[in-house]
Amino acid sequence: MVSAGGLAYAFYKVKEEVSEEKVPLLGVLAAFIFAAQMLNFPVIGGTSGHLIGGLLAAVLLGPWAGSIVITSVLIIQALIFQDGGVTALGANIFNMAIVGSIGAYYIYHFFLKVLGEKGFFVSVALAAWASVFLASSACAFELALSGTIPLNVVLPSMVGIHALIGIGEALITTAVVSLVKVTRPDLITTLRGEVG
Amino acid sequence: MKGWQKILLIGLGVSLFLAVFLSPFASPWPDGLERVAEKAGFIKLAEGKVVLTSPIPDYLFPGVKNESLATALAGLIGTLITFLAVYGVGKLISRRKRS
Repeated sequence: MVSAGGLAYAFYKVKEEVSEEKVPLLGVLAAFIFAAQMLNFPVIGGTSGHLIGGLLAAVLLGPWAGSIVITSVLIIQALIFQDGGVTALGANIFNMAIVGSIGAYYIYHFFLKVLGEKGFFVSVALAAWASVFLASSACAFELALSGTIPLNVVLPSMVGIHALIGIGEALITTAVVSLVKVTRPDLITTLRGEVG
Repeated sequence: MKGWQKILLIGLGVSLFLAVFLSPFASPWPDGLERVAEKAGFIKLAEGKVVLTSPIPDYLFPGVKNESLATALAGLIGTLITFLAVYGVGKLISRRKRS
């Protein structure tokens, strides 16, 4: 329900972000994030992680278009690949598209304001890490609220492992963003070229 | 306009490369949530209840015996579908804006 409301607002706001020539970028970034989410990297003790791409999408497209890209990827994963599941789609959209993309964008924005343009890559890395940390916390709260598992059990384990996975998210996001910054700096949403 | 075509080609090329050639080498270990679910014993809740049948469950193209090939095919199809779907949605949004 919250996700639906959030998305409706995102669809409303996204009109300001998406000009017609940006449409190919939307598609390409969604395709890239879909592909990257298939690539699990080993983390520790038999556990793996993969990119979510929430902040990546938000930095390159703006938070509203970013959240729509992540939502689209989640819907395709649930419908075509039976990943995440149709029944958990609302929660997944909330965790990864709203918290992990829109929320992370404002964290990035905050760090950029505090650190200035010189702290651009630090802001990207910190916000990417935070997006995973916060999305996993949100997921833990949902699991506890649904009565699946007590919060004091699920929160530490979810947050613990995702604090490590978040380092991967930060590394990949920063690498991709720096590649884009070198080749097409105009695509990066910073304080000057503000959209949000 | 030329710049966008370049982004399209390079971006799609890289994405397809990742999805087709690297996905078979992805770590088979459970991810963070799956790991926690296994340890805490609630992974069972996510199994067995299929509400909707999916055409390509678990990123394995059905009917292909070779698992790497099945994964690569799933990656290829998923990447293309994602691109086309989001491209279509994007076109609708930008068109609605003009009118």
